[in-house]
Amino acid sequence: MEALKQELKNKIITTLNLEDITIEDIADNDPLFGDGLGLDSIDALELIVILDKDYGIKLVDPKEGKTIFQSIESMAAYISANRTK
Amino acid sequence: MNKTYINGVGCISTQKTFDTVFLEEAIYDNNKTVLTIIPPVYKDYISPAASRRMAKGVKNGIVASALALRDAKVENVDAIITGTGLGCIEDSEKFLKNILDNNEEFLTPTSFIQSTHNTVGAQIALNLQCKGYNFTYVNGAVSFESALLDAKMQIEENDANSILVGGIDETGDYTISLFKLAGRVKDESNLPADILNSTSSGAIYGEGGAFFVLEKDKKETTYAEVLDVAIKNTLDISEIEDEIAAFLSTNNLQVSDIDALVLGFNGNADSDIYYKTISEKAFAATPQLYYKHLSGEYDTASAFALWMAAKIIKTQEIPEIVKANSIEKPAYKTILLYNQLNGKNHSFTLISK
Repeated sequence: MEALKQELKNKIITTLNLEDITIEDIADNDPLFGDGLGLDSIDALELIVILDKDYGIKLVDPKEGKTIFQSIESMAAYISANRTK
Repeated sequence: MNKTYINGVGCISTQKTFDTVFLEEAIYDNNKTVLTIIPPVYKDYISPAASRRMAKGVKNGIVASALALRDAKVENVDAIITGTGLGCIEDSEKFLKNILDNNEEFLTPTSFIQSTHNTVGAQIALNLQCKGYNFTYVNGAVSFESALLDAKMQIEENDANSILVGGIDETGDYTISLFKLAGRVKDESNLPADILNSTSSGAIYGEGGAFFVLEKDKKETTYAEVLDVAIKNTLDISEIEDEIAAFLSTNNLQVSDIDALVLGFNGNADSDIYYKTISEKAFAATPQLYYKHLSGEYDTASAFALWMAAKIIKTQEIPEIVKANSIEKPAYKTILLYNQLNGKNHSFTLISK
């Protein structure tokens, strides 16, 4: 689980071009959107693609995203429980 | 009819053209076939949150336009007109590569958003909150001149009092590799390059962005007046001298009235012959300048030339590194710029003090 969290932080920084942000800057429970990392709706689409492409998870209900993408912790938990690759 | 003055300039290029006076730190590296941009500190102009999705060309456009606005001491303009040959080609490449790599699945919007040609003009407008006329010309090697001509006509006709006009292009790895295959980029076996006396085909390529604040009023920041801009898509070598004479004539000028001629030599012997023809004949007694050994060739490299010419008129100094001959004049009041790419898309721009 710890390795997955680090992997996710890395992917998010690289995919979303988060300049000046390192893995250490993102706490597991920091909100990804809003006041936390400050991600927006375009980033949400990027995260959906990461789930699909890298972990084989297709989000059918967009409302689910709000809970899944709350933090690195919630993302990692969802991926661990639902990944197909 | 209003006059059109260049009241502010900003340039990001393969030379240090920001935080410097005028090419005093310029370096002629004749051992490269593709020159890359010297980036400014983007964070000084764009917030990290905004810049993270911006392509290289967009960032350079925003910085160049910010420099021009600051130089002209204006905060906003009535219109933004951009010229670009290939737009944000790096993100276009990324987007297309993603389509192929992922079998047309998993496509995300970021690269696509950035890959459109008018992204630069749009982002500048968003930054400035400028809701006026915003247009991008994509006309190959006359993209910048098309933008300049549009801006000049709008100011002349009172449609706008101040316009931000610029030319911007960036290199992309895949595009450059295609240009190499097509022989557009000089083969490395022909290095070191001698741009002025090249006997081989292919050009030295580069990238950059230059923006100008054009206004109808002359003021203390004024560099030069844009007298005329003309575009000819096709011209035979035998027609070039007559074409320039006619262009000057419509402005009531003769060759002897030109204090400096800026030529777009890019090291491609096949098309540099146009420049050779006029430099050795009609303009043999005129101070001649070149610049693509510093900026590299790209569709809007002529914007770098206008930046250089405007600086010369304002400072009355010509850096040694851009002199193509040793002829000098006591004053540089009227400068003619001539550019073409691969024998097509010829442009003539006339500016004066």
